[in-house]
Amino acid sequence: MLKIKNLQAKVDDKEILKGIDLEIKAGEIHAIMGPNGSGKSTLASVLAGNPGFEITGGEALFEGKDLLDLAPEERAREGLFLAFQYPVEIPGVSNMTFLKTALEEIRTHKGLPPLSAKEFMQLLKQKQELVELKTSLVNRSVNEGFSGGEKKRNEILQLAMLEPKLAILDETDSGLDIDALRVVAAGVNKLRSEQNAFLVITHYQRLLDYIVPDVVHILFEGRIVKSGSKDLALQLEEKGYDWLREEVVGG
Amino acid sequence: MSKDEHLLSTLATNEYDYGFTTNIEMELAPKGLNEDTIRYISEKKNEPEWMLEWRLKAFKHFLQMSMPDWQNFPMPEIDFQGISYFAAPKKNQLKSLDEVDPELLDTFNKLGIPLEEQKLLSGVAVDAVFDSVSVATTFREKLAEQGIIFCSFGEAVQNHPELVKKYLGTVVPQTDNVFAALNAAVFSDGSFAYIPKGVRCPMELSTYFRINSQNTGQFERTLLVADEGSYVSYLEGCTAPMRDENQLHAAVVELIALDNAEIKYSTVQNWYPGDKEGKGGIYNFVTKRGICKGKNSKISWTQVETGSAITWKYPSVILKGDNSVGEFYSVALTRNKQLADTGTKMIHLGKNTRSRIISKGISAGNSHNSYRGQVSIHASAPGSRNFTQCDSLLIGDRCGAHTFPYIENRNSSSVIEHEATTSKIAEDQIFYLNQRGIDTEKAVALIVNGYASEVLNKLPMEFAVEARKLLAVSLDGSVG
Ligand SMILES: Nc1ncnc2c1ncn2[C@@H]1O[C@H](COP(=O)(O)OP(=O)(O)OP(=O)(O)O)[C@@H](O)[C@H]1O
Ligand SMILES: [Mg+2]
Repeated sequence: MLKIKNLQAKVDDKEILKGIDLEIKAGEIHAIMGPNGSGKSTLASVLAGNPGFEITGGEALFEGKDLLDLAPEERAREGLFLAFQYPVEIPGVSNMTFLKTALEEIRTHKGLPPLSAKEFMQLLKQKQELVELKTSLVNRSVNEGFSGGEKKRNEILQLAMLEPKLAILDETDSGLDIDALRVVAAGVNKLRSEQNAFLVITHYQRLLDYIVPDVVHILFEGRIVKSGSKDLALQLEEKGYDWLREEVVGG
Repeated sequence: MSKDEHLLSTLATNEYDYGFTTNIEMELAPKGLNEDTIRYISEKKNEPEWMLEWRLKAFKHFLQMSMPDWQNFPMPEIDFQGISYFAAPKKNQLKSLDEVDPELLDTFNKLGIPLEEQKLLSGVAVDAVFDSVSVATTFREKLAEQGIIFCSFGEAVQNHPELVKKYLGTVVPQTDNVFAALNAAVFSDGSFAYIPKGVRCPMELSTYFRINSQNTGQFERTLLVADEGSYVSYLEGCTAPMRDENQLHAAVVELIALDNAEIKYSTVQNWYPGDKEGKGGIYNFVTKRGICKGKNSKISWTQVETGSAITWKYPSVILKGDNSVGEFYSVALTRNKQLADTGTKMIHLGKNTRSRIISKGISAGNSHNSYRGQVSIHASAPGSRNFTQCDSLLIGDRCGAHTFPYIENRNSSSVIEHEATTSKIAEDQIFYLNQRGIDTEKAVALIVNGYASEVLNKLPMEFAVEARKLLAVSLDGSVG
């Protein structure tokens, strides 16, 4: 589904991604861990097409298409979804209007007719239950005045509504209370299938107890320095990143 | 392409949806402005002597007055002699819709105002002014059952002279400004409504203005009187064909609310704005004012301004009655080389009067958008309050937003609050929407609509939908 080769990117002349290789197949869940500032969000942003970053080398194929060649909205319509680490507020635009607009764009791209108002409301209700998001939040402006945890849940509601092929969750677990964490994880588990895939960025092994990854990668100073099974996450939890630093610098 | 350029290129320059002309036989006054022009208009309209006298008096004032010089743009040269002051579709004296020229009806259909259909379905009573004359007023009989008068200004002069005489020029005096004086001298038609005591007008009253002919100006006058305890909601919309030369629109609107009456006046102004080089477009110099004459009365202006090469208008409220309320909600969008200098005046004269001003300016392209507002609380108005929120949104870095608040409080028990912000559409908002499959054009339209929603929500439902579409289309690179 996603094939990244030697991907490099910079911002303001600062090299951040220094050659990433990663392959994700349909049905898989991959986790990325790594210290603050190692480039995890940058990787997510670059994949989603954030114009603030400059690609300086490498390639990324999504379902066989050259991802880097597509505009951000085209990537989204092709089925790439990013749950943001810091979702932005859009004052005055109701969550509902926003979701409806987004869904319509994506359905149009798939050659599907727009949903009627009634169908849309039904779908929304169903997905809302999945993430246990209060109706009052759905009626408010996009993320405006939402608490940190509410914003994260709202990201998952969008994920549930838009049903992407590949979802990148950038620290969706941070800021969630224990119950919310379970709800979000359960939501993701319900949404996962043999046709889609997830890339989960997190600092905490705890999330991976709920969303069990097939592969765990460690991103360190702009490179994936280690990949392994979910035990790698346990190891990190125990030892921190220092041993890695030594290993990388030493090697 | 830099991010800014990218953004800009997506909302440069749409075409204008309403730029067609109607081929219809017109009766035009010869170009030029003198006493004979005024006599010609008055005669065409078969006016009584008092009306002609009133016009001639205004013309004398006009000749003495000079152009305003305080607005935030250079005043264009206006050749008052190069304009024809009266234009009417030839078939006239219409008794019903059936007599309206089919081509004209077709025009209104293109504008999205199917009179026939509206008559049957929508419950909106429409008066449509085409160039200088009012061509159809729907729903008249139904309104008349409740004593509501809704007709063209010309008809009001003929059939309700006592009301017209009593109120005409009482809110906007002939000498108010040069355009008001000009309008008083040459006004061609417009709308008139009177809501009797205690009547809640059962439908939106609505007027659509359309300039069609070349080298004409439009000078309509609207007079609305809400008698004690009555309520009316009024909507005005306007469009014009695309023409290379500028055309002048100098209207006057007067609102009078007596004790416990409420008037809600909404405008969606979409006159032709000129092309992207700034060629052509309507010069919109308009004087709109209401007086809350009676106690506990309320006047609320809501405007969505997207058109005109130049907009110069300040819908205002004189809060004379004790406990009266004045409101001004405005969205003004300028792009290309459009210039807007718009805002309001709230003049507090009565006790415990309250006013609220919400202004949302949006500037794109090379345009300049100014808010100019005056809040004046007189010594006679203890316990009064004003709240002003004045926001500007900039799209790109070649446009300008300006704020000119004038505040005057002569009363220690009264309070004036003023808040102002200037912002840009954030890149991360655009990217967020892009990431959900929404392209940049739509994203900007969505963000702008959100930004303006506090004002748009004040519009009557169906018009709010139209206004949202209009804002989106005005920002669109391609017209849908
Ligand atoms: N717009 C920017 N301008 C300058 N530096 C940036 C910008 N965006 C990211 N960086 C830098 O790039 C590096 C990687 O940032 P990134 O956000 O990808 O880290 P992260 O791995 O997601 O960290 P965290 O775990 O704290 O979320 C950091 O040093 C950061 O300061
Ligand atoms: Mg991050």
